[in-house]
Amino acid sequence: MGAQGNILFSGVGGQGILLASEIMAYALLAAGYDVKKSEVHGMAQRGGSVTAQLRYGDKVYSPLIEPGRADIQMAFEMMEAVRYLPYLHKDSTVIVNTQKILPPAVATGKTTYPEDVLDHITARGIKVVLVDAFELAREVGEVRTANVVMVGAISAFLPMASSVYEEIIAARVPVKFKDVNLKAFAAGRKVSQG
Amino acid sequence: MAAIGDDLVWMSGNEAIALAAYEAGVKVASGYPGTPSTEILENLSTYEGVYTEWAPNEKVGLEVALGASFAGVRALATMKHVGLNVAADPLFTASYTGVRGGLVIIVADDPEMHSSQNEQDSRNYAFAAKLPMLEPSDPSEVGALLKEAFALSEQLDTPVLFRTTTRVAHVKSVVKKGEKINSPVIPGIERMPAKFVMLPGNARVRRVAVGERMVKLKDLAETAAFNRVEPGVGQRGFITSGVSYLYVKEVFPEAKVLKLGMCWPLPEKKIREFASEVDELIVVEELDPFLELHIKAMGIPCHGKDLLPDQGELSPAIVRKSLDPASVAELFAPVPLPMRPPNMCAGCPHRGIFYNLSRMKVFVSGDIGCYTLGFLPPLSAMDSCVCMGASVGIAHGMAKALGAEAKGKIVSVIGDSTFMHTGLSGLINTVYNGSSSLLIILDNRITAMTGQQDNPASGSNIKGEAANSIDLEALCRAVGVRQVDVVNPHDINSCRKVLEAALERDEASVVIARAPCVLLPEMKKAKHIPYSTRLADCTGCMACIRLGCPAISWNPLTPDEAVAKGYKEKQKGFALINEVQCNGCGQCQALCKFDAIVRQEA
Repeated sequence: MGAQGNILFSGVGGQGILLASEIMAYALLAAGYDVKKSEVHGMAQRGGSVTAQLRYGDKVYSPLIEPGRADIQMAFEMMEAVRYLPYLHKDSTVIVNTQKILPPAVATGKTTYPEDVLDHITARGIKVVLVDAFELAREVGEVRTANVVMVGAISAFLPMASSVYEEIIAARVPVKFKDVNLKAFAAGRKVSQG
Repeated sequence: MAAIGDDLVWMSGNEAIALAAYEAGVKVASGYPGTPSTEILENLSTYEGVYTEWAPNEKVGLEVALGASFAGVRALATMKHVGLNVAADPLFTASYTGVRGGLVIIVADDPEMHSSQNEQDSRNYAFAAKLPMLEPSDPSEVGALLKEAFALSEQLDTPVLFRTTTRVAHVKSVVKKGEKINSPVIPGIERMPAKFVMLPGNARVRRVAVGERMVKLKDLAETAAFNRVEPGVGQRGFITSGVSYLYVKEVFPEAKVLKLGMCWPLPEKKIREFASEVDELIVVEELDPFLELHIKAMGIPCHGKDLLPDQGELSPAIVRKSLDPASVAELFAPVPLPMRPPNMCAGCPHRGIFYNLSRMKVFVSGDIGCYTLGFLPPLSAMDSCVCMGASVGIAHGMAKALGAEAKGKIVSVIGDSTFMHTGLSGLINTVYNGSSSLLIILDNRITAMTGQQDNPASGSNIKGEAANSIDLEALCRAVGVRQVDVVNPHDINSCRKVLEAALERDEASVVIARAPCVLLPEMKKAKHIPYSTRLADCTGCMACIRLGCPAISWNPLTPDEAVAKGYKEKQKGFALINEVQCNGCGQCQALCKFDAIVRQEA
């Protein structure tokens, strides 16, 4: 082994980031890594900008990722991909759900949603993978599986086999939603594998 | 590393505390929800053989736990840092009475104020109340340390404080399940007045016992395994505890470290010996220079807050920047973006009240809960918020200070759970001492901000079973409020009339704004009939936009676009309701003067 890595999840409260980060944590644990995850609950969850931080390796001390050291960012909203730019390094991979959620100042007409916001990341030579998670989730038949589509997309960048994730997903979702979630995972993985 | 399975579980610090409390044989646990402590009792309530409850406030919660301890069972009280202020009264005297069954008080601090109004450092309470305080660094350390806490409580006849912070409580790691153990104490009624009746004569005797206990605790600190020296290389040595220990290990994995599992009292000999073996002693701790001050008071020179910040959370990045700036890599600069603060949910009943208050030119004395978000634009309808229950007393104080000038201009708002917590005594004062300030109780039937916990007015207990429910109208009348109105906050126009009439009165009055939180499971399951925008009728007046509902968005138009859409050239945009997000509350329809918002037919 010897590998280690830092995954930063970012998005908007209510998007299912915690479930996605849980699936990733269990997959990394199954691969034999030490894993730590940090979340913030409470006020920020009411539609605010939220993050979860996941670290894995032979031995993990700090639950927090240092700025400049996130290897993968899994962003559930486009502007929230850019907000955490200082956490990235030039070899980071950013997987972005191409969804726009308007923050209050935009929704009330005080300001506008920044145009071509992802250019801030690509202009620095950082690899960006675009995932239309909402549309893919709709295609598999359940829009609420967008977060599992995102898990599929990130899975292609980690060493674990699909079967590892599939087992975890099957164990964590209600039986009647198992198949649709597995389809969502496969759809997301296909995006990253091209 | 072994795989997750029977003995190894993936858990948060709070889940680990619940597991360890169960394994330690806790029989009674009480507390009040507060981030980042809430999930402890929520999880503990799912274990068999442990009685758990939500108390109306932390003072009552600690008193319940102390009573259980007097009865000879192991007991737990849980709270966030500011909750310990509320529980401080029983805490300081429980230090004198000591315990029968082991008593542990969990206090969860929130450095950086992720979800709090201040970032006080609870370690100061351990010093002030003369109590031991243990502190785990991550979930994996919780089990052994919490069991030590109960054993120590019974052996040395002391309540034990057990401190976490956000980055322990809400961090997940692999946790090893342990053995289930039982307290050696035999439950029952034991009359021990010299120990339990803290009249001056008895208390003076107990004060001596507290002093003797501190000597024993200091001896224990010297030898206990939780205060350990980790050998390393280099001239620097670090003294640290809690999550800060992990930041030190992350940045300086090879360094010599004295890791304190007990942050009060301190092992003076061990610290002196450690200091003598290093050229430079650095104390790494979050918030106050607590360890640093007490180490300096021993006459031991050390660095601490001269190098590290005394505000906000620490992190590996901050430790690195403060102590090894040469290793800091250059970072991508942040991009200026519109802020994304939290917001009240679509269909939140609080929004209707704050919309009215924002139009009424009143000073709004606010309180602690989701509704504190009424402060944010576009509603901007809160003028003060201090602590749980403070809204009522502050409004009364302003009314008394300003006399006739204040009439009709001061309103306090408080949630149902916060009113039960510490708002009632403020209302009693308002009635007793006679001011005409208006109190609005925002009764959304739940303790919402911390994640929907039940409370004395919600009708269910911590397990979701039916419970006695306090009748808020009858309660307000019983303390002497003659005019108590109940309104539906979603009905903005009727609500406004009731509020204006209440403000005209010359005596204390209460308006209860009652509508359930949209995040309640039954509300989430309910079929909502959403509203939609009839775009042809939208004039772009922005009346609905001023509600700040996340389901309504403003779509700006250039003059050409306006004309192309069939609007007047000067129309600057139109409002659109996202029907997926809409919870069908109807507040926006009440504000639209052009009938451009319509309820979809079922």
